[in-house]
Amino acid sequence: MMNVKMRNWLIGAGTPVLLLTAWWLSSENSTDPFFPPLRTILVRFQELWLFEHFQSDVLVSLGNLFLGFAIAAAAGVGIGCATALVPTVRWMVDPLIHFLRGIPPVALVPIFISLIGFGTEMRVASIALAALFPTMIATVDGIRSVSNDLMDVARVYRLSRRERLLNVLLPAATPQIFSGLQVSLQVAFIVMIASEMLGSSQGIGAMTLLAQQSFMTADMWAGILLLGVIGFLVNVLFGLLKHRVLSWYIGSRRMARAA
Amino acid sequence: MSIRQLATLSPRPRKSSMAQQPETRISTTTPRLDVAHLAKSYGSGEKAHKVIEDLTFTVDAGEIVCIVGPSGVGKTTLLKCLAGLHPASSGRASIDGRAISGPPAEMALVFQDYNRSLMPWLTVRKNLILPLRHLRLPASELKERCDSALAAVGLSHAGNQYPWQLSGGMQQRVAIARALAYRPEILIMDEPFASVDAQTRFDLEDLCLKIRRDFNMTILVVTHDIDEAVYLADRVVVLGSRPARVLKVVDVDLPVPREQITTRSLPEFARQRTEVLSLIKRPA
Ligand SMILES: Nc1ncnc2c1ncn2[C@@H]1O[C@H](COP(=O)(O)OP(=O)(O)OP(=O)(O)O)[C@@H](O)[C@H]1O
Ligand SMILES: [Mg+2]
Repeated sequence: MMNVKMRNWLIGAGTPVLLLTAWWLSSENSTDPFFPPLRTILVRFQELWLFEHFQSDVLVSLGNLFLGFAIAAAAGVGIGCATALVPTVRWMVDPLIHFLRGIPPVALVPIFISLIGFGTEMRVASIALAALFPTMIATVDGIRSVSNDLMDVARVYRLSRRERLLNVLLPAATPQIFSGLQVSLQVAFIVMIASEMLGSSQGIGAMTLLAQQSFMTADMWAGILLLGVIGFLVNVLFGLLKHRVLSWYIGSRRMARAA
Repeated sequence: MSIRQLATLSPRPRKSSMAQQPETRISTTTPRLDVAHLAKSYGSGEKAHKVIEDLTFTVDAGEIVCIVGPSGVGKTTLLKCLAGLHPASSGRASIDGRAISGPPAEMALVFQDYNRSLMPWLTVRKNLILPLRHLRLPASELKERCDSALAAVGLSHAGNQYPWQLSGGMQQRVAIARALAYRPEILIMDEPFASVDAQTRFDLEDLCLKIRRDFNMTILVVTHDIDEAVYLADRVVVLGSRPARVLKVVDVDLPVPREQITTRSLPEFARQRTEVLSLIKRPA
């Protein structure tokens, strides 16, 4: 049991190491201006991001990402609940949802990029707006699919409207809401980078594009590497949160499968 | 209440104190639970599916009444009407003379689908507490109610587990404990002992008799086990299909207190269960 776990873990951690080694070895003597040696890239990585531009660019990017995502998550869950529960809101929002449901969230990104103006507020706003829909749609679906049996229990025991929402509907919908949040996070990340590449002088995206435009390919690769690392870490953090909040769901699913 | 209604509502000459009382006295007692010409169909118009056509029976305060009937006859539907979850299509159900239009405060219902009626994200203890939160009880009383309800169903050790970590029979007992912790005046249970082992089943039946004695609770139980119905009940309502109607209300005249071995071996017990069984077996 433990051995299988260890082995899987080793494979999971080993594969990226293997790939990096392969990259390192194959690029070692590269003179191709577009594919500089990994060594050079890592040196630039260290010089640029640790920690010269950390505050001025990395923190700005992360700040925008989290602010935008937080707004999207709160508004998405809020509007989603209202849509699922309030008939008037449902009539207003449902057509939009039906329209958006068929489109992959990432395909909407160009719309929000064209909305991006200058200034931090606009960037945060476009991140939030783009990331709003996946969470909103997942919340509507999640709340609507709460079983009638649970709602009957809530009614028999005369839970207040507030209790029904906070203690029955929302917890029961969390598995779906979290799937929505995960997609929202990805969208937020993409729009965050895109917003910096277009019309900004600050942030990782802006730095990376600037490097590309001034033919400093090692710097460009360093930027891309940083984005990859951040994306990975953000996903790991989200996974930890999800594991914590949904431990009951994961456990009950495992139990159901075992039975 | 008219004389005609009275005749249909209380057809039983009860051997207990009531029988000695003058007619006038009876007319002043409203039954705790009163089901009068209740009908229920699902859907409407052409596609309406008539489940219950005309049900009439009563349950007095402090009484245990069991409902038996074939599967699919509409027992769960009836209980959901009584619990105020479904509106009756016609006729009425009332508590103390007040028509039931929504879930009544004094009632708790143990659902048939116990595994779908517990909140999987809450531990057993928190499942018990959820219905009590709006009562704003002091913490000590909350704890006391949970502890005693869990102890009553033999699950004191399982308070911090999640329902899905428990066996089916244990989950069913959690659902019963949740109803007990709510301390209802009227307890309605839908096949509550269906998936527990024989020993636990006897214990829960006796628990049922005990809480009626201790709290003067009014209890209505749907069961498919005729022996259980006769053992528990003061009266057994036998339903026939379809649509559901009352075949007969059988008065159970077994001595109290009842005891699993002695009561079940009485010749009277055998006679009563035969009566109920032959009603059910009889081709409709
Ligand atoms: N929500 C519903 N909508 C439509 N029809 C329903 C609904 N609930 C139950 N029915 C139908 O009503 C009939 C009676 O169902 P009900 O669950 O009340 O029977 P029951 O006596 O409790 O059966 P069992 O002993 O198997 O639990 C069935 O034919 C069922 O298909
Ligand atoms: Mg049923």
